[in-house]
Amino acid sequence: MGPKRPRDQAPLPRDYDQGIIGMFWNEVIETLPPDALEALQLTRLKETVHRAMKVGFYKKAFREAGITQDSIKSLADVEKLPFTRKQDLRDGYPFGFFAVPLPEVNRIHTTSGTTGKPTVVGYTKNDLDSWADLIARNMTMVGVRKGDVFQNMVNYGMFTGGLGFHYGAEKMGCTVIPSATGNTKRQIEMIHDFGVNVIHCTPSYAMHLSEVAEETDFSMDSLKIGLFGAEPWSETMRRELERRLDVTAFDSYGLSELFGPGVAFECPERNGLHIWHDAYLTEIIDPASGERLGPGERGELVVTPLTKEAMPLIRYRTGDVTKLLEDRCACGRGTKIARITGRSDDMLVIRGINVFPSQIEHVILGLPEVGNQFMVYVDRVNHLDEMLIAVEMNRESFHGELTDLTRTQAKVAKSLRDALDLRTTVKLVEPGSLPRFEGKAKRVVDRRGVV
Amino acid sequence: MTAGESYLIKQISVFSENRPGRLAAIAAALKEEEINILAFSIAEADGFGVVRALVDKPDKAYAKLSARGFNVAFTDVIAVQMRDEPGGLFEVATLLGTAGINIEYAYAYHSRDAAVLIIRVDRAADAAKVIKEMGGKLLSTITIQ
Repeated sequence: MGPKRPRDQAPLPRDYDQGIIGMFWNEVIETLPPDALEALQLTRLKETVHRAMKVGFYKKAFREAGITQDSIKSLADVEKLPFTRKQDLRDGYPFGFFAVPLPEVNRIHTTSGTTGKPTVVGYTKNDLDSWADLIARNMTMVGVRKGDVFQNMVNYGMFTGGLGFHYGAEKMGCTVIPSATGNTKRQIEMIHDFGVNVIHCTPSYAMHLSEVAEETDFSMDSLKIGLFGAEPWSETMRRELERRLDVTAFDSYGLSELFGPGVAFECPERNGLHIWHDAYLTEIIDPASGERLGPGERGELVVTPLTKEAMPLIRYRTGDVTKLLEDRCACGRGTKIARITGRSDDMLVIRGINVFPSQIEHVILGLPEVGNQFMVYVDRVNHLDEMLIAVEMNRESFHGELTDLTRTQAKVAKSLRDALDLRTTVKLVEPGSLPRFEGKAKRVVDRRGVV
Repeated sequence: MTAGESYLIKQISVFSENRPGRLAAIAAALKEEEINILAFSIAEADGFGVVRALVDKPDKAYAKLSARGFNVAFTDVIAVQMRDEPGGLFEVATLLGTAGINIEYAYAYHSRDAAVLIIRVDRAADAAKVIKEMGGKLLSTITIQ
């Protein structure tokens, strides 16, 4: 068993089974001592570089950088290797990054491409096993057990979130309900009728689910655990979701290029996410210079997956902003990363100021006068960026006076200004009038065009 | 019910974004319930406004508009009857001024029977009582609704 939790630690989430502390899917690998972990990482890094040499893009990139089979002698040598960017993967469409013959590719997913062609990712049979294993680790870590009833409310198509969680949950023996997205009332009915106790969806869909549930007669009392991911979300959102759904909420991190969900996950400490070091070699870099940053310094997460066969990647630029946390975790697992504060491709630069939609969400959720939904519109007016934020009036806060509305509008604008250090235009709209998202929320509409 | 309270009239106040079709949507909802609008005004701010209406069946209007998704609230107003001839408003306004009643907003309507000034004031029940004592004519809740 792993280290015992000291008695004086911060209280666990309510209703939590104390027995989950020290529960592991694969205790040996999840708690490898640093020396053993580094030795394993080095072996796997060499294997990965070897596999990558079968990919045209890397053949060329390694030749230009003077990288040979023998260049990797220690983990520090990873810094000699070139980065891989999302655009490189797009350029390789469709199968340019596969390192195995197509018949060995057991499944293909694509990422939700926002512009142009999607990115194709492939998996060998081993890859699918490795991936399901990581999901099983994550779910076991947060207290999901064999026999739990798990409703997977994410897209089951080309998006990795559906099948990724599906096979991981099946592997650990859950009763899996592949409900996918859509028909929220039916989702609530199934949660009620099937006694679902674990759900997985985007945080914005979870919020929508709770709103719809308030209008139905079905209680969702069976729920215990909510696994939320695929978009960054705030601590305020966590409190709100836990209050509304009566679950303990955990942050899930992943991206299709690195299998999909399951790359990193919160443990019951809920203070950072455990990234699986046996499977992902992790660096934090300054996104501008490419220089590696030290522990505690915030920057872009760069990952070299260590077990991927079909599509090995070298120093993949995730575009996600985080930092390595130095403190050892009481749960006994390895170094954590901080919750993602935004994706660099989500990041807006408004009149030179960086804005993450999650910051706006944090402000909106903190104001009881307005609802939880919002939209951000960015325009360029006379060469100046203008950001308009539409937010719904909270029904209960309108008492019939125009000043109820004007005061609320001014308060939202001031709170946003304080948080973002930026003047914004706030548009107060009628309750229920903004779009609700079932998949990844698309709350930002940037109309400035390509600059 | 005190003397003042029987003159408090329930005004329907609806939060409405300033975009085409919103007023029609409100009017359609009232029409469907055969609710008659006695008086009506719109207060406008930046991009939105409050539609205020005096209707014959306020509770029904509230329920219908809420069911349609509108954000609705009741507001207490008082309805002062005016003489329907030149100087009618002057008389009433003078009375209110003398009584020290501050008007937050006002609008008026005119029917075959009367000219009426609808006012939203602070502490409406007290104001109604003062107006009555000073000889002003108020429409009672029962007359209108």
